[in-house]
Amino acid sequence: MSSIAQKRGFGATLWDYMTTVDHKKIAILYLAAGGFFFVLGGIEALIIRIQLAIPNSNFVAAGFFNELLTMHGVTMIFFAAMPILIGFMNLIMPLQIGARDVAFPFLNSLGFWLFFFGGLLLNISWFTNGGAPAAGWTSYASLSIHSTGHGIDYYALGIQISGFGTLMGGINFLVTLINMRAPGMTYMRMPMFSWTTFVASALILFAFPPLTVALFLLTFDRMFGGNFFNVTMGGNTIIWEHFFWIFGHPEVYILILPAFGIFSEIFSTFSRKRLFGYSSMVFATVLIGFLGFMVWAHHMFTVGLGNIANAIFAVASFAIAVPTGIKIFNWLFTMWGGSIKFTTPMLYAAAFIPSFIMGGVTGIMVATAPADYQFHDTYFVVAHFHYVIVGGVVLAILAGTHFYWPKAFGTMLNETLGKITFALFLIGFHLTFFIQHFLGLMGMPRRIASYNSGQGLDLGNMISTVGAGLMGIAVIILLYNIVITQVKNVRVGNDPWEDGRTLEWALPSPPPFYNFKQLPLVRGLDTYWLEKMEGNKGITPAEPVGDIHMPNGSILPVFISLGFFIASFGAIYRTVYSWGLAALIIGLVIAFGSMLLRSLKDDHGFHIPKSELMKDDKNKGVKA
Amino acid sequence: MKRWLQKWRLASVFAILALVLSGCGEPFLSALKPAGQVAQEQYDLIMFSLGIMMLVMVVVFTILIIALVRFRRKKGEENKIPKQVEGSHVLEIIWTVIPIILLIILAVPTVAVTFSQGDVSAIGKKDENGNPEALVVNVKAHLYWWEFEYPDLGIVTSQDLVIPTDEKVYFQLSSGDIKHSFWIPPLGGKLDNNPENINRFWLKVDQDKATQAGDVFYGKCAELCGPSHWAMDFKVKAMPKADFDTWVADMQNATAQVPTTDLALKGEEIFNASCLSCHAIGTDTSSVGPNLANFGERESIAGVLAHNETELKRWLKDPELIKPGNLMTGKYKELNPDELDALAAYLMGLKVQH
Amino acid sequence: MHVEEKFTPKTWPEAPEKATLEGKNKFLGFWFFLGGETVLFASLFATYLALKDKVPSKAANISSEIFTLPLAFIMTMVLLTSSITSVYAIYHMKNYNFKKMQAWLFVTVALGLTFLGLEIYEFYHYTHEFGFVFSESAFSSAFYSLVGFHGGHVVFGLGWMIALMVRNSKRGLSLYNAPKFYVASLYWHFIDVVWVFIFTVVYLMGMVG
Repeated sequence: MSSIAQKRGFGATLWDYMTTVDHKKIAILYLAAGGFFFVLGGIEALIIRIQLAIPNSNFVAAGFFNELLTMHGVTMIFFAAMPILIGFMNLIMPLQIGARDVAFPFLNSLGFWLFFFGGLLLNISWFTNGGAPAAGWTSYASLSIHSTGHGIDYYALGIQISGFGTLMGGINFLVTLINMRAPGMTYMRMPMFSWTTFVASALILFAFPPLTVALFLLTFDRMFGGNFFNVTMGGNTIIWEHFFWIFGHPEVYILILPAFGIFSEIFSTFSRKRLFGYSSMVFATVLIGFLGFMVWAHHMFTVGLGNIANAIFAVASFAIAVPTGIKIFNWLFTMWGGSIKFTTPMLYAAAFIPSFIMGGVTGIMVATAPADYQFHDTYFVVAHFHYVIVGGVVLAILAGTHFYWPKAFGTMLNETLGKITFALFLIGFHLTFFIQHFLGLMGMPRRIASYNSGQGLDLGNMISTVGAGLMGIAVIILLYNIVITQVKNVRVGNDPWEDGRTLEWALPSPPPFYNFKQLPLVRGLDTYWLEKMEGNKGITPAEPVGDIHMPNGSILPVFISLGFFIASFGAIYRTVYSWGLAALIIGLVIAFGSMLLRSLKDDHGFHIPKSELMKDDKNKGVKA
Repeated sequence: MKRWLQKWRLASVFAILALVLSGCGEPFLSALKPAGQVAQEQYDLIMFSLGIMMLVMVVVFTILIIALVRFRRKKGEENKIPKQVEGSHVLEIIWTVIPIILLIILAVPTVAVTFSQGDVSAIGKKDENGNPEALVVNVKAHLYWWEFEYPDLGIVTSQDLVIPTDEKVYFQLSSGDIKHSFWIPPLGGKLDNNPENINRFWLKVDQDKATQAGDVFYGKCAELCGPSHWAMDFKVKAMPKADFDTWVADMQNATAQVPTTDLALKGEEIFNASCLSCHAIGTDTSSVGPNLANFGERESIAGVLAHNETELKRWLKDPELIKPGNLMTGKYKELNPDELDALAAYLMGLKVQH
Repeated sequence: MHVEEKFTPKTWPEAPEKATLEGKNKFLGFWFFLGGETVLFASLFATYLALKDKVPSKAANISSEIFTLPLAFIMTMVLLTSSITSVYAIYHMKNYNFKKMQAWLFVTVALGLTFLGLEIYEFYHYTHEFGFVFSESAFSSAFYSLVGFHGGHVVFGLGWMIALMVRNSKRGLSLYNAPKFYVASLYWHFIDVVWVFIFTVVYLMGMVG
């Protein structure tokens, strides 16, 4: 935001953000909303850990505890990790490939508002009589069908609505990456983060539909008399498990691949060295994406699918370790022979390697089917997935926050505070989760609201809770860092880390709303580094200065999402309150009506005239 | 700064490891103290996979630490541009092939043990005399209790699973309502109790290990089933075959007992009036509440409380407090302290063994 | 090429739907969307196959008892024909013949409405003659979800084509709306392909058992 923008009133800025179709502003919306839900999920985790610190605790009631663990999982995965990563992909990918925006800017905005209203809908359940959903983030069919109250209905509709948004984002990124790369940017010259965006988006496209179907089946059974999961009527609850994990396993690769992409950028930038084995890294990314669809039943080893199924899925799950290992070694050898600077992002990257490896290693252990008969549904699994998600995705998010902050906001987060956050968070993370491997094997199932003393579980749980507290403090320090940075508002240039290698670092921080005055000519991998090594100030342009065609903003995405939001209440309370049916109909009218309006009205965007652009010879960026 | 931090972190990790490995859980609950063949094989697989993975971790951590230390940007090197290396075919092949080999090595026992532990062909087989070859127990999970039926022996009991040691015991798992999961960590991994099908597996208890563990193992429900999922424990009484046969005979020949004291007699009246409709004390499979035939000889109250009169009265007074969401709440009239005394006396007297 | 440019049949590009960046994006994006829809319907088919004839008692309806081939066959022919007519419409679009394109789109919509009418009759027949309602069994829920979702897609597609025809009736063809017509016809082909699978898996397999 430039100094001119700040002179605008709060109302004008609010309207700007509500109608924006600019990928950079939408990214900020995703980061802010995702950050909010991350804090919410963190609070839920802290309450869980306080309850489990001592045996037979009454800190919270057992039913409420189940709501907490469910919402912690759903919030962190669907409303924190995914949106924040989508935010980074939105912010950086178009800049990296030399595009002026994504392929479908309107849809981009719609994706955000659908996610936002979905998350809002789900969290409103806390305040209702029936409470939040309490069947775990996996919401297995027999328990969720039998759950009283409307918590599960909020779960189904909230995730469904948010999921449509995610699906749109996936298609948007795919088309952008295929059709809108700058001249000279061949696929094998794309930065690694753009590649991981590509594969993650393909995963989103194919993984979300099974979840969509599963949620429809759940909704039909609970609200419209369906019998998909009703065993007495011929139904089968294992169908839910299959669909959920056919979605769920690719989902974790959707989470980790962009994280890998962020670390690839950070390793090469702060080692001052190009990524070692770039083509192998691309190949490994694609292979991970593909194999991710072949292993879902390793979450179902104890369901009773049979020896053949268990054996096949165990071996298939082992296979994924190979491309993942390839990536780890390539990162190590990127650093090898380089000149490593320990900035905050680089510290996170260095800590990511051992932390994620430990998670990956326990992943192989749980893939060993007969061993998994012991591990499954215990704290060992909780330890495993927190190691890969926190040690992989969250560390990447924290690293990316520091790394890309200047590109988004034009300021730099404080390095000293960043390093303190890093140290506290890392120590807290290992303290919390390492001991849980043992708790699981010592007989502690997961999702238990408490435990009796005399079972050897007391000390481990107490240690785990202390670690969680440290992570909480670390996050508070990060929030403080963010606030003071934005208040002080010390502006930085286009390449504040000084070793930027890719196109986004050639642009001002933040870039003008049209990104590139002239689309860049890409002459090789690590485009900006190439130009720097040749002594050029900026990027070689691929076209003369001309009129730039940009899309118009629109308030319709907010209304479409709001419509579905209102309709959801109607659907849930249709049989309970008289206003239910009306709300359902009105909500759908608002949603579909807005969509119709969008379709019927011609929108050709607007042009920034060449004359305006020519006046801007200092490259400060022409205002909209 | 990085080196110091790295060492500090590793040290704390090892400290915890040492602390915890020294007390790897209780022998009646820990999978790290296997007391039977299945648990032992699974423990061996865990150690084997851990060993292979440790190898990988040592290699990666070594390269990482050397790289971080050796190639950090030193003073005076602010403008140094290192050599930009594209990659190395040889290295790529090495770190692709070696992991594949390691994984194949792990895959072989994985597949073998999957099939051997999943071999339930002995169920239903009969010997020359027409007697079943193997002991079979039907385990039906409910909200929030466990029902055990011995179909070939005509015995129904609940909450306490009585099994002989040193022989394979086969289990047929199902559920009376929603998904649960049957888990006795020191004896072996878990298998789900689904409402739509029957899952089968076997476990075997080693008598020596059972003695070391105190002859009673703790069983857990391992699938979230509601607010009292955490309290859905059961107990496993493992005993030599001779003792098991005695128990079987006692259960089969159990006759309706006449309460000996007035208090217990009064308790029986209350029981017949308020409890009998859901709780059988004979050999019928009552699907509403646990069978209470040998309640006086059980290891626990409701699976989680200590087995004594105080705890029993606490349970009967307000079961919702102990196990929120359980299906006994509100099914009988509230009992005053005298009635609780009577009922407790009656229930504690329900024994089959002499 | 500018979207509002005026053309003649000679100057009209070979592939008008892909002649602008926006057109290219819509074309590619929609194919990806259809990829996701394929997985969606595949999931519904999997559910149907898993729950086929899974009923609570002998009294409940199963596939061999209720599905009639003649009606399903007519519906298939109607829908397949409507797919061909949409091909004609796009052929005329590529030849810059707005009037003929509109005409064949009209025929497509008419056939689509016929299909819909027949399906509504079919559902009416099942519910009233056999009591085969959505909540009768797991099988009935699976049937109505699969075939109903498809029907919902038909309704949406018809609304889409009607809206395009009405809205552009005065505007004529341009590089702005050419991609829109193209994408709508792609969608129509997709639901036709899905119907071929429904005819096979639900009705044919239902008869043979």
